[in-house]
Amino acid sequence: MADLSVNICGIESPNPFWLASAPPTNTGDQIARAFDAGWGGAVWKTLGDPIENVYSRYSSIDFNGQRMAGFNNIELITDRSLEDNLIEIQEVKRRYPDNVVVISLMVDSNPEAWDTIIKQVEQAGADAIELNFGCPHGMSERGMGSAVGQVPEYTCDITGWAKESATVPVFVKLTPNITDIRTAARAAKDGGADAVSLINTINSITGVDLDSFVPRPVVGDMSSHGGYCGPAVKPIALNMVASIAADPLTEGLPISGIGGIATWQDVAEYILLGATTIQVCTAVMHYGYRIVEGMHEGLSNYLDSKGMQSVNELRGLSVNKVTDWQSLDINYVIKAEIDQDKCINCGLCYIACQDGAHQAISAERTADDKTKVAIIEDLCVGCNLCSLVCPVQGCIEMVERDYGQTHMTWNEYASEDRPGDLYPRPKHGLTIGQP
Amino acid sequence: MNQMMTTAVDAGGLAPVPTMSPDEALVEAHRCLMCWDAPCTRACPTSIDVPGFIKKIAHGDLTGSARTILESNILGASCARVCPTEVLCAGACVLNDLHERPIDIGRLQAFATDDVVFGDLGIFPSTQSSGHSVGIIGAGPSGLSCGAELAKLGHDVVVYDAGSEPGGLNTYGVANYKMDKATALREVEFVKGLGVEIRSATAVGTDVSIDDLMSDHDAIFVGVGLGSIPPLGLDGEDLDGVADALDFIAHVRSGGVDLHGERVAVIGGGNTAIDAVSQAARLGAERVYLVYRRGRDEMRAYPHDIERALSSGVEFIHWTVPSRIEGSGSAATLVCERTEYTDDDRLVNVEGSEYRISATVVLRATGQQKHVSFFDTLDGVETDAGGRVVVDDEFRTGDPRMWAGGDCVNGGKEVVNAVAHGKAAAASIDRMLRTAADAK
Repeated sequence: MADLSVNICGIESPNPFWLASAPPTNTGDQIARAFDAGWGGAVWKTLGDPIENVYSRYSSIDFNGQRMAGFNNIELITDRSLEDNLIEIQEVKRRYPDNVVVISLMVDSNPEAWDTIIKQVEQAGADAIELNFGCPHGMSERGMGSAVGQVPEYTCDITGWAKESATVPVFVKLTPNITDIRTAARAAKDGGADAVSLINTINSITGVDLDSFVPRPVVGDMSSHGGYCGPAVKPIALNMVASIAADPLTEGLPISGIGGIATWQDVAEYILLGATTIQVCTAVMHYGYRIVEGMHEGLSNYLDSKGMQSVNELRGLSVNKVTDWQSLDINYVIKAEIDQDKCINCGLCYIACQDGAHQAISAERTADDKTKVAIIEDLCVGCNLCSLVCPVQGCIEMVERDYGQTHMTWNEYASEDRPGDLYPRPKHGLTIGQP
Repeated sequence: MNQMMTTAVDAGGLAPVPTMSPDEALVEAHRCLMCWDAPCTRACPTSIDVPGFIKKIAHGDLTGSARTILESNILGASCARVCPTEVLCAGACVLNDLHERPIDIGRLQAFATDDVVFGDLGIFPSTQSSGHSVGIIGAGPSGLSCGAELAKLGHDVVVYDAGSEPGGLNTYGVANYKMDKATALREVEFVKGLGVEIRSATAVGTDVSIDDLMSDHDAIFVGVGLGSIPPLGLDGEDLDGVADALDFIAHVRSGGVDLHGERVAVIGGGNTAIDAVSQAARLGAERVYLVYRRGRDEMRAYPHDIERALSSGVEFIHWTVPSRIEGSGSAATLVCERTEYTDDDRLVNVEGSEYRISATVVLRATGQQKHVSFFDTLDGVETDAGGRVVVDDEFRTGDPRMWAGGDCVNGGKEVVNAVAHGKAAAASIDRMLRTAADAK
């Protein structure tokens, strides 16, 4: 069994699995149950001046019958009194001294307000605080949340105030509703942040009620944009995590990764791209706290299979495997190969390639009335599409071809002295019309 | 038959497979891979765009889904229930090769069509009358299909049917656990709603002459199906309890058949025999035997139907032919002989092999006879050696104004085959009528 414990800016966590600041961390009772289930840490639902929510708060998108592929909320920060929350923080830490309790905070943009609440939650036993600069709805209109996170100067300044008041580590939670996430991370670091958490939710409208014409979630006869999260946002979040991890200006800044995490594989991907801990919300809102069991066992088994003693060995291994497009080897050649023994003759690869890619798969009707597909090797650009649509595992593989071609990046190809020839790739000439 | 006609009915055993709930349909619809040049569509005699209608279910467009089905097969609601999907669309589903359960196409099709066919969602707009009139003989699946397609094209359609109720085999001859009679009759109402007039209890040649039909209509479609199952010529076949298996099924469908305490022997190895035994087993019979002169592999019944019969407790007696029926007043014993193949592959009775099966109900399912004598009254219409009406690839008979399709042409196949015939014949009739009109 590999060691899953991690240390993030001085805080020991029994494992990297944390709950994100959200409805699953609204109360001490919930967090206690989460810790019983196996979560290593929890970021308390954002404290500040308690608000009043609308009733209808969530909406989601289903994909091909799967519920909640993407999830959206217009819920605000805590609606509970600070006094109750402080009592519960103290009680949770008393019962679970080894679990990490991070308190998410959002108050008006003045140093006194931050100083007051930071001292209160530290007094209650917070292991760290997380500055909520990401909430994209409701609070931002009041000059908080993403209204701060979208302006690097504000991020830097307010992080600085928090650092002056805090004795525990300060996490800054970043909004993805920004052009270049690195700018926000740099601003947080400049302000003294000990770590960043990302991503917060993405501005979204999940859909429209086609009878009432009101977008979802429907609040009476109107709606409002919300914050999007869940499995659908993971690729966006992974890219942002990776870009911060690779940014020399934020080198060494610990990352708590957030966005669409539901399985141990998701966790492993975040850690490979530089995260130290991860935070989960939507998957727990869907299935409950018990999903962490699969994360424990899955990540542990995976690390064992890789011969790793600790999850720390995994961290960042993929960061330097992300590069700019022009640094990719344009002479890396792959071709699709179909295992005819596994093929079920659905023809999906054929029509995908025919209509959606490069017309490099043939289809013919066999004597027993089945669709037999075959790769036209000379036309295959190795785009991967057929292997992506194939419903049979391992039926279509992308296989590297070594024709003795030279490794060559676009930069090298475009330079004065090319290291070799560009290996030819299939292209269509004129397809309709007269030359 | 009389002794079978009591009042109690084992409704549980007769109930057709329940229709899908919206949730079940949605999950199932999303399982469909949406194959290119889909094998399910190719396996359908009416070429229903199966992935097309299934994805419309998935995307919440039931009206579009129903239209996709019904434009290919106007009797899509009954075919959804009675088609042997295991050997047609679902049998061709590529998921079989993934060792997964194939898509439940039949029940999805019922889900998609029921609201349209059994509700009042009119999805086919009425068409301006063409001024042409077509007479159809027989209100079974081929006649209804042909009539519906012609009515949709604006032609006046009158269907003449000898039965007291329309629908043919769909109404009288389908095993109840596949589709009940009420469902069949509701589908006929849907066809009538398309503009098809049906005159029941009107036998052509008896109640109305073929000459009248020829003068009243511009074209005629013959979809008379097959006749009754003729007696085997056995001693004792006139005893009470001995019957035509199709009559038995028709009685079951009218309700009031109770077989508790009865020992039922069904003679035959085809689809009617298998329907009869499965039906009998569901009606409380003490023992149900299928008596067939050859082996299991030679049965014409579908494997999935054979499995259903076996799992219903039916006992299969192979290599056996009945030689007589004994009993006083009503059947008590089926006297049989063993059969075997000779070295030159002839099936013969084994000498001295006589044995007895206790049977109080004996049903013959040994093949329906053809309406040859009726066809003989139709000038220009030819039949082949098997008594089947000879047609060309457009289902035209030798009479240029007469088409034919369904069981009377193919000798007895599925409802969906009859629907395909009716549809193709309708297209041919429409072409002829319009060409003739243009020529004027």
